[in-house]
Amino acid sequence: MSDSTISRRKFIGLGVGATAGVVGASLMTQAARAQGPNDYPQGEHSGHVNGMGMLVGKVDHARNGFDPMRLLVDWDYGMVSTLPGGQTLREYTISAGDQEVEIAPGIFFPAWTYNGRIPGPTIRCTEGDRIRINFANFGTHPHTMHFHGFHSSEMDGVPGVGRGEINPGESFVYEFDADPFGCHLYHCHAAPLKRHIHKGLYGAFIIDPKAGRTPAREFVMMMNAFDTNFDSGNEIYAVNTIGHEFARRPIPVKVGELIRIYLINIVEFDPINSFHLHGHFFDYYDTGTTLQPTLRMVDTIMQGQGQRGILEFKFRWPGQYMFHAHISEFTELGWMGMFNAVAPEKFGEALKLAEVDDEWDTKATKGSTVEAQSL
Amino acid sequence: MSTQTTTATPTEPKHLSGAAWALALVPLLLLGAMLSYLVATGGGLTQLASPPVEKVSVQRVSLPKAGIISVEVVNDGPQEVTIPQVRVDDAYFMFKAEPSNTIPRLGRAVFTINYPWVAAESHTISLITSLGVTFDHQIEAAVQSPLPSLSLFAQFGLVGLYVGIVPIFLGVLWYPFMRRLSSGAMNFILALTVGLLVFLALGTWLDANEFAQDLPTFWQGIPMVIFIGLITLGSLIAVSSVRGGRESTPLGISYRIALGIGLHNLGEGLAIGAAFATGKAALGTFLILGFTLHNITEGVGIAAPIVRQNPGLKHFVLLVLLAGGPAIFGTWLGGFAFDPVLATIFLAVGIGAILQVVWEVGKLVAKDSARLGKPTINWLTLSGLGAGLAIMYLTAFLVKF
Repeated sequence: MSDSTISRRKFIGLGVGATAGVVGASLMTQAARAQGPNDYPQGEHSGHVNGMGMLVGKVDHARNGFDPMRLLVDWDYGMVSTLPGGQTLREYTISAGDQEVEIAPGIFFPAWTYNGRIPGPTIRCTEGDRIRINFANFGTHPHTMHFHGFHSSEMDGVPGVGRGEINPGESFVYEFDADPFGCHLYHCHAAPLKRHIHKGLYGAFIIDPKAGRTPAREFVMMMNAFDTNFDSGNEIYAVNTIGHEFARRPIPVKVGELIRIYLINIVEFDPINSFHLHGHFFDYYDTGTTLQPTLRMVDTIMQGQGQRGILEFKFRWPGQYMFHAHISEFTELGWMGMFNAVAPEKFGEALKLAEVDDEWDTKATKGSTVEAQSL
Repeated sequence: MSTQTTTATPTEPKHLSGAAWALALVPLLLLGAMLSYLVATGGGLTQLASPPVEKVSVQRVSLPKAGIISVEVVNDGPQEVTIPQVRVDDAYFMFKAEPSNTIPRLGRAVFTINYPWVAAESHTISLITSLGVTFDHQIEAAVQSPLPSLSLFAQFGLVGLYVGIVPIFLGVLWYPFMRRLSSGAMNFILALTVGLLVFLALGTWLDANEFAQDLPTFWQGIPMVIFIGLITLGSLIAVSSVRGGRESTPLGISYRIALGIGLHNLGEGLAIGAAFATGKAALGTFLILGFTLHNITEGVGIAAPIVRQNPGLKHFVLLVLLAGGPAIFGTWLGGFAFDPVLATIFLAVGIGAILQVVWEVGKLVAKDSARLGKPTINWLTLSGLGAGLAIMYLTAFLVKF
């Protein structure tokens, strides 16, 4: 308390002894006294994990047309067929368009989207598959699809190379083999690149290794952000678009099961983003292009824009575990969520709390399996 | 035309008939119809529709207790605005909005934010609209807003006393000295009073504009200051003319000087109280001392016109209270219930009042100069004017920062 009275905004002449100085000093002491620990308002919303430091209210996911909780496990395997040579062909239809998206409760962003959602569909396939993307631009600006992966320059989806930008009302077929296996991404590469990315044109591109990965509960998390006032700085940060959504609805997981997160950073304007898990450590596979972890036993990793990787870990004890960018500013601007780790017998309850069903559970646990891919 | 006006005087009806009133209603009825058409159909201007413009301004920020920031917001944009989220120092924090976070045009709302502000440090509040537009407001140094209490009331009163009553009382104490001065020296003192008043008029004008610029756009702050100042000046001149062209009595002039200075000191008190309440200034001894020195000349100005005619102790007490008392009232108002609109109006009235006494004291100077057989502007009056301006200007060094 006492250091408040000798504040750096010290009163000129304090201590000279004149009454006015005493007036100032006693007013200041009154202010300092008021900052007792018991005076702080305790959150009326006791369910909120971060006390009062949260976005207020709920987003209308039905109006947006997508729920970030469901996007976590929404793998898109495409239309599957077999080519004459025996190669698996996966065909996707993806359209770009203009859409208003409620990115945080009450804040509406004039977004550009792939298939009406941010992030766009999670394209999932196995290494060596033929990928065919029927891309149509229903938007008001030229767009492209630029994939991270091996492909020829005509399929690169950048302005001025091959077909280049796809104008509004036009379409193009991107075709290439899925290679190498890993956790990748795609995004629009039309000019100006910055705006085409931060307006929402991006998605995950996951190539499973031929031998598959260990069965696990899998989630895809795209770390993104939105510059709502177009000042080249973001107002809302999140994973899968909606700020603080997973803080309000903790992600249900079972204690002891293997968790795998495909983590991708697409945040514009800020040079780095990060992921920090509370109470536990994880193995990290940078870009997911190796079968052995590139980092073991870490609890925080850092990603620049376009960087991505795979996280694997198990929860040791039941409870609520926070995960967030260890860039505190992003955390408090929406990029913070919770895992709700429960014993298997309590899992049904946890699903209900997160407003998801058994189908969500199935998608989460069978993501990389053969059954799922032939769905 | 000119020949007709003299011959055919139009008849002046004594009462307006019902039919005449009905005629007056015709344009209003048509206006109503036009407005309904525009509201209902858009008036065929749909092609001109542009993206919505959102604009709000922060009127007042207070820190009523630890962990709470209260922000009063006025919508001075062209249409309704919703503020779904509020950030403090780049972090979203929970809040309540009264009456609603949707604010109609010209409407206001108070946002109570649950933020653990830190005493003496700076915080930035950012309001974000439903379209993602942000409006920032900075708290320069967080200080708990003074809550009305008897002791605080008394302390603010004391500040007003030091800034207003004491210096004017001390200035008026020169009265016996001034009575012993020669007519020439007295003319100098009157000219000095004019200089002092000109300085005050200018200072009040600048202060008024400072408040006016921060008002929500629809108030049109600066025109408001000019018009209120002019209306006050005109009214005071009209009031003094009511006396049927008789000369203003010296005591009357003193009262009007006291009134003008009082309004100026009210503004000074408001600024001091508000600066303290918003953490913008510390009420240091040095500052109070500065105001006391700065304002002491005001007492001289009030006493100058009545040198030849002692009005008695009662009038002196009233004059000092009229000129100095408002500083106390202003400090209370500024500290406990600061209202920038009210502050602007008070200061604008002050400008008019001071300009009017500049005119009256100026006439006294002219009359005295004539009696001494000199032109109004001579080296004596000019140096008096200069001395008045210089004293005010130099003592202002103590209070401007």
